[in-house]
Amino acid sequence: MDTFFKYLLVFAIGGAFCLIAQILIIRTKLTSARILVIFLIAGILLESLGVFKYIGEVGRAGASIPIIGFGSSLAKGAIEAFKEKGILGLFTGGLTKTSAGIAAAVFFSYIAALFVSPKTKK
Amino acid sequence: MQNEFAERNKRYLEYVEIKSPKTSPWKSLFFAFLIGGLICCMSQAFTDILPLIFKGMTLEDAKTWSLMLTVTLAILLTAIGVFDDIGHIAGAGTFLPITGFANSIASPAIEYKAEGLTFGVGAKMFYVAGPVIVNGVVYSILGALLNYLIYGVIFK
Repeated sequence: MDTFFKYLLVFAIGGAFCLIAQILIIRTKLTSARILVIFLIAGILLESLGVFKYIGEVGRAGASIPIIGFGSSLAKGAIEAFKEKGILGLFTGGLTKTSAGIAAAVFFSYIAALFVSPKTKK
Repeated sequence: MQNEFAERNKRYLEYVEIKSPKTSPWKSLFFAFLIGGLICCMSQAFTDILPLIFKGMTLEDAKTWSLMLTVTLAILLTAIGVFDDIGHIAGAGTFLPITGFANSIASPAIEYKAEGLTFGVGAKMFYVAGPVIVNGVVYSILGALLNYLIYGVIFK
């Protein structure tokens, strides 16, 4: 598959998820935190049903970068570790798979909070 | 008295309605799609380029590095105060991708630093990320059991 077509699919699928979220904002007045949780659980459900891998194959970063991909990673981690280590894996798998993103976000946010002063609202 | 208050309240809401900026819904949908798509393309570019620079990097590692770079970039933009300006135009385009998750941690961390490192930065950081992680942990465990039920028991 040539590069342009590959990136077009990444763009289209990533954009489509954001478009659906934006429609939810306009139509339902749900807060952004609730929409994040809805997409997260949707990702977990799709991964658990074994459907998400097809979206991931086509959408690549377009499927993994939206929060729905974060949900899918959590579920994928738990599923794989459950097969490998049983009940223990059920509890370690999800967070292990997503730990890099969470740790990076927490670490750099802490550093930012140490050095940056809050900006006054315009 | 009660009536007067209600009347004033109603007039205030009408005033807010007039004063609050109207963004066309079509425009916001367009920018959510455009900027959301571009963020995903940027992350895909990191995933594709990193293994070319660092020989021997696996695809799985490149994906993780790319995710971390995207997160770090979002926090950097939050720290210099640019993220909110982009987010105002992009709406779901910036908050649905992992950039929004990163911003939801960095933004209150900076905002509440005056309340101290423990209950200011440490606690407020997870105002939005907390619900995401809690729901993620709970439902991923249930999801893995569901997956086992479907592929390990029913369609064995």
